[in-house]
Parts: sequence; structure tokens; C-alpha cells
Amino acid sequence: MDHLLGKLSLAAIPFNELPAMLAGGGMVGGFIALVLLITYLGKWKWLWTEWLTSVDHKKIGVMYIIVALVMLLRGFADALLMRTQQAMSVGANHGFLPPHHYDQIFTAHGVIMIFFMAMPFMVGLMNIVVPLQIGARDVAFPFLNSLSFWLFMVGVILVMLCLIVGEFGQTGWLAYPPLSEKEFSPGVGVDYYIWSLQISGIGTLISGINFFVTILKMRCPGMTLMKMPVFTWTALCANILIIIAFPVLTVTLSMLTLDRYLDFHFFTNDGGGNAMMYVNLIWIWGHPEVYILVLPAFGIFSEVVSTFSRKRLFGYNMMVYATACITLLSFIVWLHHFFTMGAGANVNAFFGIATMIISIPTGVKIFNWLFTMYKGKITFTAPMYWTMGFIVTFSIGGMTGVLLAVPGADFLLHNSLFLIAHFHNVIIGGVVFGYVAGFNYWFPKAFGFKLNEKLGKCAFWCWLVGFYVAFMPLYVLGFMGATRRLSHYDASTGWHPLFVIALIGALIIFAGIGFQLLQVVVSIIQRKQNIDVTGDPWNGRTLEWDTASPPPFYNFAFVPEVHSLEPHWDHKQENGMNAGKPKCPYEDIHMPKNTGVGFVIGLLAFTFSFGMIWDIWWLAIISAVGMFAGVVYRSFDYDIDYYVKAEEVERIENEISNRKIA
Amino acid sequence: MSTEVLHNNHDHHHDHDAEATSKVVFGFWIYIMSDCILFACIFATYVVLHGNTYGGPSGKELFEMPYVLVETFLLLISSFTYGLAMQAMYKANKSQVMMWLAITFLLGLGFICMEINEFHHLILEGNGPNRSAFLSSFFTLVGTHGLHVTCGLIWMVMLMLQLNKHGITAITSRKLSCLSLFWHFLDIVWIFVFTIVYLMGVM
Repeated sequence: MDHLLGKLSLAAIPFNELPAMLAGGGMVGGFIALVLLITYLGKWKWLWTEWLTSVDHKKIGVMYIIVALVMLLRGFADALLMRTQQAMSVGANHGFLPPHHYDQIFTAHGVIMIFFMAMPFMVGLMNIVVPLQIGARDVAFPFLNSLSFWLFMVGVILVMLCLIVGEFGQTGWLAYPPLSEKEFSPGVGVDYYIWSLQISGIGTLISGINFFVTILKMRCPGMTLMKMPVFTWTALCANILIIIAFPVLTVTLSMLTLDRYLDFHFFTNDGGGNAMMYVNLIWIWGHPEVYILVLPAFGIFSEVVSTFSRKRLFGYNMMVYATACITLLSFIVWLHHFFTMGAGANVNAFFGIATMIISIPTGVKIFNWLFTMYKGKITFTAPMYWTMGFIVTFSIGGMTGVLLAVPGADFLLHNSLFLIAHFHNVIIGGVVFGYVAGFNYWFPKAFGFKLNEKLGKCAFWCWLVGFYVAFMPLYVLGFMGATRRLSHYDASTGWHPLFVIALIGALIIFAGIGFQLLQVVVSIIQRKQNIDVTGDPWNGRTLEWDTASPPPFYNFAFVPEVHSLEPHWDHKQENGMNAGKPKCPYEDIHMPKNTGVGFVIGLLAFTFSFGMIWDIWWLAIISAVGMFAGVVYRSFDYDIDYYVKAEEVERIENEISNRKIA
Repeated sequence: MSTEVLHNNHDHHHDHDAEATSKVVFGFWIYIMSDCILFACIFATYVVLHGNTYGGPSGKELFEMPYVLVETFLLLISSFTYGLAMQAMYKANKSQVMMWLAITFLLGLGFICMEINEFHHLILEGNGPNRSAFLSSFFTLVGTHGLHVTCGLIWMVMLMLQLNKHGITAITSRKLSCLSLFWHFLDIVWIFVFTIVYLMGVM
């Protein structure tokens, strides 16, 4: 029996650790409540046919974003625990978290926020918006899109599961060896880390290829590259980065896996291993990764600022070239994450200068947004608030980044709280603000009603103020010598008041998240008041506003033809607001069929990872064979698409027009 | 009327097939490029670690060049025979396609068996991947290529079954083209393995 379950036993469940049990208990309770609710409502069949097996890019996008919001709560709970610990744990008081637990929390916080909050939020927005913006009916490979989502879910389930079964890594979010090697991390924590990232990373790579092909091959007639909306451009560049960077992550994690499981010597202290190679490789992936996150956010700001200033985006061409420059430069700056490695003055100088150069195209973008607003008729909606908050906050974060790019300064500030303040400054101020702006902006497109503006603005102010209160003290603390990942410090350091202020800031952000949840709930309750029947609630400019909200599953009854950068806007100028649709006969539309294969392969990938983590080899082998069989099954299935009949299209389109009249 | 509709639908399907082929083949190219980066990382790792023998044997003491040369030729010839299979596909000659695929399969299988044999010997002599960082990276690089070839072989069998069932259609031709890209790509990677690992190893 012991043999059958590998290392797994009841001892894996941390009964004696109260915080873990509370969090785990809450999670399990929530899950059971959800299952009961679905059963009570009799919605299992609906869930399976409409969502879990769906290959519709809009539904997949919605699922990504729901998961991202749930994981935001988890990641933020970790942040609050850390802030509370640091505000308490001074002098004789050692706080409420033992180091063993605290180390897992800062690791989980980083991993969750980057991989399981920001990434799915970005991929979700891309899923919903990109095909609509380019006038396509779906993505290039709808089945792979579903598979990507379920592989990503494996990672999510693993990081949630490790709360109650076993533990998470205690290594920091990039799991540097030799600490992450078997010798120093013998538990399953690092294995949970490896498999959750590995499986979801493969999902991301597949998404990257999928969207790259979608954007290059499926644009509607007339949409040349330089007529593509900026968000699609930034998504294209982000996907190029994914295609180039994620194989590096796959290789790096595989090598760490081989070190841990089969006693290889890539990064070990003995056997001739070289731990610095891991640090190089992981940052060759890791630096492009931050641009994968921020470029689409730049795209969102560009759409928002142009729509709500009632002006064309200032310097569209410059914006595209700046995006392309950042894409290229992001590959030659990775070494700035470890100037202290000792690569020598010349190498450090090269990477320092390359890093500073990135601020030029980024600065170009900032000016473009400002000039778009200049003399525009600005409507101060929630997305516009987030955009303006971003411009100020991100500029500050960018400047501290240039400061850190000076190798001499970096030697002092490396691994200090100054660094933590810097990257939260750009990731919260850039990525999070951007995605929330996008969430507010495209929500009516996905669901057919607007979000509550007032609560959205309350959320914004809490986030903005909370951010400054939480992170400005960290800059100061960095200068005072406080290093990252501290679970205890001496009273004589004088850091305590600043840590308390930082905790207050985190609580203000917490209120902001509360407002966001409230905003969603209230908006759903009041959806009748905020309904949008036009499909164009913001007086938008690009193609996604040309179709209904929510769009029919085939997106466009007629494939649009565009002649300009802002087809929807120009169309409205020519024909007035209520331009009728062309009155030609409807045609059959070719669409992919739903399939459960992606879900099943995801499920098997989960059991495979679980088996690998706990040394349950029979489970891992059976699951691997099952995954393989799933791929083969799909390859032998030639019945994967169908035609929506013209009459059916006509019926749906009539229903949409009736909604407008009513 | 009904024939016109049928004809219309037929055209649709035809358009759709051509469009799908262009998407799939392009997408597969992009996948190959990302796979290229995967190999590039493992090559870079090998180059960094190849001197770290940690008191164990170096490549010069381990590699038997005539043996590796035979392996190399098996794989190179298999690439050529796959090319002949593609020629037969363009001529829509199903039985010839099957024949050339079978020959390609056997050559690929021979390559893999020889590689497994080489690994087996090394491990038996105590020079397995946990002997030194050099051998870790050697086994990973050559093994990753071997794993790709094995996947290619399995794919080839699956494709032969599908060809048998459906004949040469737009879909099976597309799949043959993708496997063709994959197979030639693995050949090119092997040229680099042969040069960087083996030739430069015994230099």
C-alpha cells in the first residue's frame, strides 16, 4: 500500500499549521459549495457542453479571466500575510508565521501573481479581443486553444492543492539552485513548483503559436499589418516573445527536473554542475516574460486613450515601431537581473546600457498617449482613470528601473526592497492597471452590459493610493538596507514604522479589490440598467465594436472588409450611428465543433504531475499513456467542424436586431 | 437549385481545406522554430558544460566515431526516403507513399536502436548521466533528439494507418507535409549534434 501511494501519506496534510489549514479548508469548502450549487441548479450538463468543452475563443477568454481573478485573491492573501508578518516581526516579536511557512508564502505569491494571475488575464483578454479586432470568426487552432486553457488549469490546481497536500517551494519565485536541488530542498515543494510551471508553460507556448498564426493568417480582407489595431500589434509582439522565450523555460525546468529526479548534474554543487547557468537561462526566459505581460497592457492603454479622447491615436506608426523595438531589446537585457554575478565590467556595461535604451521606446509611447489626450474630448470613464493612473505611476517605476540599470547602483540595491518596490511599481502600475482598464473597457463586449462606473472609480482610487502608501516606504527601506524576503528584523534598524505604513497601503489596496468584486456583483444585479444593445457602448473605433455585444458565436455574419486603421469609426462617420448591415444574403459559416479532448488531456496531465510529485509511478505512467492516447484519438478524428446554415445565421442576426429595437 | 447549393458547398469545403492547410503548415513551421530554440538552449548548455568532466571521461575517450557515422547515415538516408514518399504523394500514388514511409520508419528505428545501444553501453560502463555535468548534458542533448525521433516514428505509424483508411486527401497530405518538416528538421539538428558533440568532441 505504501508502495502504491509513493511518498504520499496523511503526514502530507499539514494539520498542525493553522494558517495553511484555514486557507486549505476555505478552499475545499468553497469548492464543495460550488459543486453543490451546480448540482442544485442542475447545471452540470450546461457547464460541460457550453463551457468546459467549448472551443469558442470568447468563452475560453472568459474562463481565463475568471480564474485570473480568483488567483488574484489567493496571491493577494499571500501578500497581506507577508505585509502583516513584516509589520509584526520586529525585535522580540517573531510574528505569526514560522520561517518555513513564510518562505512558501513569498514563493507562492510571486509564482501565482505572474503565472496564474497576470498571464491568464493577458491571455484571456487576448482571446476575447484579438479575433474580434481582426474580423476573424475564431482562432487558427480552436482545439489547441481549449487544450492550452486546460494545461494552464493544471498549474492552477497544483498550486492550490499544495496548500492542503504537501507544501510549496521555499525557494523564491524562480527557484534558484543549488537551493532548489534535492540536497537542500528534499520535500515536494519544488516539485509542485516545477510541474505547475512546466505544464502551464507548455499551454502558454501553444497559445503563443496559436495567436501568432491567427494574427498573421486570419485578418479580414483589407487589414494590412499597418492597419491592425494597436492592441493586436502588441498581442502579436507578445506572442513572438512567448514563442521565443517559453522553450527556454521548458528546457530550464526540465534540467532542474533531471537534477532532482535522476541525479543529473546541471546545476548541482558537485559533479561539475554550474548553478549560474540556471540563473542565466531562467532570466533569458524571465526578462521577455515581463514584456509579454506589459506589451498587451500598452496596447490596452492605446485603445482606451484613443476611444475616450475621441481622437485617432497619436503616432500610430511610432507606437508600432516602439513596440517592435521593445520586443527586440527585451532579449538582450537579461543579465541586469544579476549584475552581481561578476561577469566583468564590460559585460555589465553592455547590459546596463541595453537596459537603459529600452526606456527610449517606452518614453515614446508615454508621449504618444499624452499627445493623444492633448486637445481631445476626454470622457473620464473608469478605464480612462486607470490609464491616467498608469501614465504617472509607470513613469516613476520606469525611472527607478533606469536607476537600477546602472551596475554600480545595482551592486548596492541588488536584492533590496528598493528592487521589490521598483518591479511592483511597473507591474502594478503597468500590467495590473492595464488589465483592469481592459477588463472595464471590454466587459460590455463580452457580456452585453457595462460595469458600474462609480464602484470602478472607487476601486481605482483605492488601488492608486494604496499602491503609493504600500510601496513608497519600500523604496526608502531599500536605501536603509532592508533586503527582500525578510521574516524578522531587529528593532534598532528603525524599519518598523515604514513596514507598518506599507501594511496600511496593502490594506487600502485590499479595499480596492473589495470594490472591484462589489463592482462585478452590483453590475450583474443591475445589468438591465447598464445594458448595451448597440454593441458599441463607448463610441469605439475598431472592429470589435462592429458586432453585437455579446457577439454571436461566429462573431461576424459577414466577414468585414476594411480600408483604414479605424474601420468602425470611419463607417460611423460615413453612415451615421445607426448604419444598417449590408443586405446581401446570408451564407453558411464554417465553425469548429466543441470537444472534450482538451479537458481530458488536461485532467490526465494533472494526474501525471501529481504522480510525478509524489513518486506514484504507476499513476504517472498510466496518465502519460492516456495523454498520448488523447492526442492520437484527436488525430484520428476527422469530424471536427461543421457548417452553420444560412437560415440559422439569419435567425440569430434577426434576434440581435430585434434586441436593438426592443 | 439543389445541385447549385451542393456545388456551392463543395467550393466552400475546397476553400476551407486550402485555408486550413496554409494555417496548419505555417503554424507547424512556427512550432519548429520554437523547437529550434529548445535545442539551441540544450546545445548552449552542452557547450558550457562539456569540459566539466569532474574526473570522469571526456568525449574523446568515449565516442566511437565509426559507430556514430553509421547512425548518421541511417538518419540522413531516412530523410532522403521521406523525400521520395513526398514525391509519391504529389503523384497521388498511395502504395508508393506507404512503401517509402515504411522504409523511412525502418531506417529511423535503426537509428534509435543504435542510440539506445550506445547509451546502454555508456551506462553499463559507469559513464551514465550522473557521472559528471558533461555526461548529464551529453545524455540530455542526444536524448532529446532521440526522443523527438521516437515521436516522429510513432507519428509515422499513425499516419500510415490514416493513409490506409482515407487515402491521399487534403488532410492526409497536410499531415504528411508536417511530418516531412519535422523529419528534415531532426536531420538538421542531428548534423549539429554530430558536428558539435562528436566531431569536435574527438578533435
